[in-house]
Amino acid sequence: MSHLSDVELRVRALESVLVEKGYVEPATIDAIVQTYESEIGPKNGAAVVARSWLDPQFAAWLKRDATAAIASLGFSGRGGEHMVACFNTPEEHNLVVCTLCSCYPWPVLGLPPTWYKSPPYRSRAVMDPRGVLAEFGVALPAETRIRIWDSTSEMRYLVIPMRPAGTEGWSEAELAAIVTRDSMIGTAVVTAEAVRA
Amino acid sequence: MNGGQDLGGMMGLGPIQGIDERGVFHGRWESRVLAINVAVGAAGCWNIDMSRHAREAIPPAEYMTSKYYVIWLKALERLTVEKGLLTADELELGKALTPPRPVKTVMKAADVAPSLARGWPADRPAASEPLFAPGDAVRMKNMHPSGHTRLPRYVRGRLGTVKRVHGFHVFPDSNAAGKGEDPHWLYCVSFNGRELWGADGDPATDVSVDAWEPYLERA
Repeated sequence: MSHLSDVELRVRALESVLVEKGYVEPATIDAIVQTYESEIGPKNGAAVVARSWLDPQFAAWLKRDATAAIASLGFSGRGGEHMVACFNTPEEHNLVVCTLCSCYPWPVLGLPPTWYKSPPYRSRAVMDPRGVLAEFGVALPAETRIRIWDSTSEMRYLVIPMRPAGTEGWSEAELAAIVTRDSMIGTAVVTAEAVRA
Repeated sequence: MNGGQDLGGMMGLGPIQGIDERGVFHGRWESRVLAINVAVGAAGCWNIDMSRHAREAIPPAEYMTSKYYVIWLKALERLTVEKGLLTADELELGKALTPPRPVKTVMKAADVAPSLARGWPADRPAASEPLFAPGDAVRMKNMHPSGHTRLPRYVRGRLGTVKRVHGFHVFPDSNAAGKGEDPHWLYCVSFNGRELWGADGDPATDVSVDAWEPYLERA
């Protein structure tokens, strides 16, 4: 038997006995899975970014009190109780990591990708960020400083990427569509080509 | 603790895998582990810091080679037994052999959306004035507790600058040990790449961590 089937059996045993003893309900488990599979994900963060690109007052609020500004768009709660927005500029690029576990802003990005939780990313993001970015195909100008946020508390960090040239006059929905998950972690930059090319 | 979870600055772990991967779960079992963790966590038998400590207590070689949801599974197995929800035999069999213990809450499907939207804030009413302010030079304590801490090894003993005061937050070192929330001021402290890694560091990078007041000394 493969290692995976052993794990699957253990998960099944854990769930059955927790349900049998009345600590958890199967419908609750299903509802949580459904929430993170299809309801809470990076489209939430993309909406925050697009709004901040179009509305300077919202961007200022996001800088001052990200938790409240993000909650005004309907995104709040578990894994994002205390938010900070990190704005990329030509002078400074932001990159988010959790070297100690997998802290990630769930309400705006959903669950983290496997690589974000993996030892290679967690070990090197703080020591060799340019090398990490190169693996993602991102080469920043040498004069751009990199600011790495190690998520060691319940504060959660959302990178606000720079709005790309060539998007003048785009609608909020069109802008949101080019904002990728990785650009809000800091391992990608946003380009206009994605949907309009 | 200086466990396998404290990965900042480690070398030899290879290239980052799965950069183009899509989808949040790989197999149904991962989604069940995630959801069981959220649902049984709401029962109130342990807190998030106890969960993190249960994960980092996995021996380093095992931690670093386990899939992330397997780390969560192992921590759940340990906590459910440690906190008296299940016995080891029940886990093994997947069948109840003893009556359940009382728990604070059993999460209903209808509670999922409101309770996730509310979350579990970690800030508490301030009981003191912060000792440090943005711009202050601080040194991280050189400390090596055998219990849970959120001060990564790579910043211990290092000189940094307070960037912001986040608020008055639950102190994980105490909360994980079941010694109460013992809230303290939480700061964002930034370090230059050269301070952290010496001549091998990039002076055009700064790394910040969130650090509670007991981790800091005035520099």
